[in-house]
Amino acid sequence: MTKLAPVLSAHWDEKDSFTLEGYKRHGGYKAAQKALTMDPDAIIQLVKDSGLRGRGGAGFPTGMKWGFIPQGDNKDHYLVVNADESEPGTCKDTPLLMANPHVLIEGCIIACHAIRAKHAFIYIRGEVTHVVRRVNQAIADAYAAGILGNGVDVVLHVGAGAYICGEETALLDSLEGFRGQPRLRPPFPAIAGLYARPTVVNNVESIASVPAIVMNGAEWYQSMGTEKSKGTTLYSLSGHVVNPGQFEAPLGVTLREILDLAGGVRPGHRLKFWTPGGSSTPLFTDAHLDVPLDYEGVAAAGSMLGTKALQIFDETTCVVRAVLRWTEFYKHESCGKCTPCREGTWWLVQILRDLEDGKGTEADLAKLLDLCDNIMGRSFCALGDGATSPITSSIKYFRDEYIAHLTNGACPFDPVASTLFVGAGA
Amino acid sequence: MSEMITVVIDGFEVSVPKGTLVIRAAEQLGIQIPRFCDHPLLDPVGACRQCLVDIEINGRAFPKPQASCTIPVETGMIVKTQLTSPVADKAQRGVMELLLVNHPLDCPVCDKGGECPLQNQAMSNGQGSSRFEGVKRTFEKPINISSQVLLDRERCVLCARCTRFSEQIASDPFITLNERGALQQVGIYENKPFESYFSGNTVQICPVGALTGAAYRFRARPFDLVSTPSACEHCASGCDMRTDVRRGKTLRRLAGEDASVNEEWNCDKGRWAFKYVTAVDRLKVPMIRNDSGELVEASWPEALAVAAAGLKSAKAAVLVGGRATHEDAYGYSKFARVVLGTNDIDFRSRISSDEERQFIAARVVGSSTTYRDIDKADQVLLVGFEPEEESPIVFLRINKQYRKRALKVVSIGSKESIAVDKLKAEFVKVAPGQEAAAIAAQKLTDKSVILVGERAAESAGALSAVAALADSTGAKLAWIPRRAGERGAIEAGAIGNLLPGGRPVTDAAARVDIAAAWGTDSIPAEVGRSTSQIIDAVNAGQIGALLVGGVDPLDGDNNQAALSALDKAFVLSLEIAPSAVTARANVVLPVAAVTEKSGSYLNWEGRARSFDAAVADSLNRSDLRILSMIAEEMGISLNLGTVTAAAKEIAALGTWDGARATFNSVSARPQPSLNSDQALITSWRRLLDLGTLQEGEEHLAGTARRTVAVISPKRAEAMGVVDGDQLKISTSQGSVTLSALVENIHDDAVWAPRNSRGSQLLVNLGVAHGAVVTVVKA
Repeated sequence: MTKLAPVLSAHWDEKDSFTLEGYKRHGGYKAAQKALTMDPDAIIQLVKDSGLRGRGGAGFPTGMKWGFIPQGDNKDHYLVVNADESEPGTCKDTPLLMANPHVLIEGCIIACHAIRAKHAFIYIRGEVTHVVRRVNQAIADAYAAGILGNGVDVVLHVGAGAYICGEETALLDSLEGFRGQPRLRPPFPAIAGLYARPTVVNNVESIASVPAIVMNGAEWYQSMGTEKSKGTTLYSLSGHVVNPGQFEAPLGVTLREILDLAGGVRPGHRLKFWTPGGSSTPLFTDAHLDVPLDYEGVAAAGSMLGTKALQIFDETTCVVRAVLRWTEFYKHESCGKCTPCREGTWWLVQILRDLEDGKGTEADLAKLLDLCDNIMGRSFCALGDGATSPITSSIKYFRDEYIAHLTNGACPFDPVASTLFVGAGA
Repeated sequence: MSEMITVVIDGFEVSVPKGTLVIRAAEQLGIQIPRFCDHPLLDPVGACRQCLVDIEINGRAFPKPQASCTIPVETGMIVKTQLTSPVADKAQRGVMELLLVNHPLDCPVCDKGGECPLQNQAMSNGQGSSRFEGVKRTFEKPINISSQVLLDRERCVLCARCTRFSEQIASDPFITLNERGALQQVGIYENKPFESYFSGNTVQICPVGALTGAAYRFRARPFDLVSTPSACEHCASGCDMRTDVRRGKTLRRLAGEDASVNEEWNCDKGRWAFKYVTAVDRLKVPMIRNDSGELVEASWPEALAVAAAGLKSAKAAVLVGGRATHEDAYGYSKFARVVLGTNDIDFRSRISSDEERQFIAARVVGSSTTYRDIDKADQVLLVGFEPEEESPIVFLRINKQYRKRALKVVSIGSKESIAVDKLKAEFVKVAPGQEAAAIAAQKLTDKSVILVGERAAESAGALSAVAALADSTGAKLAWIPRRAGERGAIEAGAIGNLLPGGRPVTDAAARVDIAAAWGTDSIPAEVGRSTSQIIDAVNAGQIGALLVGGVDPLDGDNNQAALSALDKAFVLSLEIAPSAVTARANVVLPVAAVTEKSGSYLNWEGRARSFDAAVADSLNRSDLRILSMIAEEMGISLNLGTVTAAAKEIAALGTWDGARATFNSVSARPQPSLNSDQALITSWRRLLDLGTLQEGEEHLAGTARRTVAVISPKRAEAMGVVDGDQLKISTSQGSVTLSALVENIHDDAVWAPRNSRGSQLLVNLGVAHGAVVTVVKA
């Protein structure tokens, strides 16, 4: 039934989609003009009514988050846009900002008006220099055109390369100039966020979704998606697929449908496992091709929608090796604040490396699972939880493959076979 | 009374004040939840995750265990700790196993072994053995983060107690956590060592052996130490302490716990400056000067006989330093009146004035301003007082209130200090000597607290202005001396205008009171001489004998006169180590150091800080005991055989309830006119300097602040001086040449440390505050 529903990505195929001119050609900044004539509370209500939920992974209702900002408190309020997209597999904000940075700026203007903020901060992952340059240019153009600087200022901040800074309170610490580590909550950012002022932290895609909602209304947005997951969103397909990339569709689309649109798994191969929302979401297998990819559907099937980063792995991939790679990432990115994540990831990597090398016994699998149990839900923030997801889910679906490593005394897979350049010759 | 909240923990109800954390509510029931990062005086951080418990509120359970150190109690809360929740128990055991993954388990060679929260809790709440078979992360061990604090990064569990203490309590954020993941580590800034006056506290609160003190490292096992509660002898803050002794030798001192005084902290001087007690040159036997002028060892009976004869031979006076205990000071006070028949006694072996002595009798003796008053103050006014340098726990207390509720602090002085900056205090800049007018201009209320330091005596009219300000506003007033014994000496009457218990010498009824209690015919009626008057009287031939206890004659501004007086008079010296006094004494009697005797100090509040002998079997006797022996030798009984006897007698005397001595205001002196190469000197003693009680502790000395001469930007520009240039400060007595630092100081002033390496102003210049000196580029 579902087909693509491009809203955010509607004009990405135009050569100048990222320019102010290109953006204005399709009605850009009209939503901001309209919003500035509206009562701020009415905008919050509109966003609430639209059913827009946070696109950063947790899916918290955006309008409700805005509504938490205390009003009439005579304090500065801040909007912070989380563009620190760093999770393995997640690649939606980067292309969005490359193709259409102005929609984010327009979203910032509207959101700032709604929450009575005068300053928005965009925190961009430092490694994506090309995105930083593009957004900087867009901000400069918006100032030159008088779009910014008349009540709303936007500051772009470049992160220094820490995955943890995608965690909203760590991001705030980093933005304030400290080392990024998650903060104790309460107080929540809505009460004491950036510089201890009421702050809304939203994902790029969430804020970028707002202009269309303001222009077309809550009902229009509600008409897309499923019962509790409204609107359209960017699904990022990567890995062993014919045409990887971003696919914007209403929430609730299935992987089978998206794979169809993407030309399927690479020829001659079949789907083995995939992530629904980045490396921190529990794996799915080919048994989950028809799971509706909305917040509730994915949760009901035992995972999380996350950032809708659909990483596709075919049967040539060693799941132990893939999980080891992810775990190495979490070990490298653990901020070190809490014991379970800091020490746990250090240990997990060593066990997984042995398992991948075919060393150890089945008892090590039990130890690995018990260790995950001691990390999951025990760490300070979700990073530690996320580190265990690929491990526990892979053992759940591919226990035999782990054991095959042990009986084989080595990894039974040829790592070259899973590469995209296999057969390309020397 | 704050609102009470009742919660159920492991099936037991407990009511605690609103805002209490779950971990502390559990303590009320005797339920010990294991923890590392939690510390009751630091902000919660929830980092170590050791204290996980299951919590439900009004039937709604948290989906996962919660850190009990971060969650305040709520009505309807039911908590299940490791004792009743298998989930919490497994979570705690799991975290403990993880904490030990990268811990070196080098307990057999670790100083903390035997008193280590990690070791103890690994036993009580851990697995007993680890399933970790992998490779631990390793670091070079240990590294110095200051000359006295060593960091073993392998042992560190990254609880952030040390970094939080430094930031939240000391306001010295010189250490932070660096790097990430398992490589996260405590670190200092590049080329900026951890030189905080309070750094030793981080060693004490480190829950593992990651931070150790250089002086104690590898010295002892905790179970070989005998610990004695003690009091700090270094300043008037009055810290509760613990002294750890092994086989008669003090190896370590720790901050004790006293919520109303030092909470759980102390300063590095109090913690680490105790080597003087075991110094090789400690005096151990009596000595007398022979006919050829050499000090030779003598027997006690011989020395006592010579001492008694000497004191009897001429009119005698008593100089007792500010470091005597309350009881010892009382002994000197009684000895002066009963044995020597004089009121010529003064404990002030420093720059002092008659205005100050009047102020002490009228305002200080018997006063009762406390730390609690600082807690409640609407404003604190500092006069002639640098709390961080001169009474560090007073600084911590003010800082606590500043951090908690932005307590307003005003400091009147000539040079802005580091503490003024840390407290964001309003700095009222005056020329040295011109404090009185600035004091008079202050606006205070009856909720304000005035903290005036001993240096106020160096500025004529300052104490008069303080007294007037307190009278006109109703503000609380406290006088905070540097030395631990000064307040006790005041209450004991070791000063010419006061008898014990605050009784004015000039009051006949007071004299009768004391004479009756002491069983003596009468007490001399004239106010006794002050320190400088005694020195002058010796030099004028009016006094021929001096009893001197614990005095450094170079601490005053009249030190040349003091030395000549010591040369001239018959001198009986009671001392722990050779000094300028013993070098000139006719008889030297060795006395006990503070760890070798019992007694008490009265801190600046007047609060008694009593202690027992930490070294139980010392052969050294207290000043009090020796004074009794001399009195016996002179045919008079002091009836003060023991410290207990003295304490009882002091208590029986009670305090004076009659009229206080009156205070005659003194006017400020006009500011002297200055040539362009002249300035008014100002200075204070730094916490870590060349003080005699810090001798022999090079690790501590290594963290002392740099010796500099401070001038204002305007003067620097006029002189063409920049930071680092050499400045020569001179008087007719001598000069010092120091590295220049251009800072916020009055244009007419130049500042240098009073008694630091390369800058001993009273010796080098003979002046320390308010006097004209010449300042030139060297």
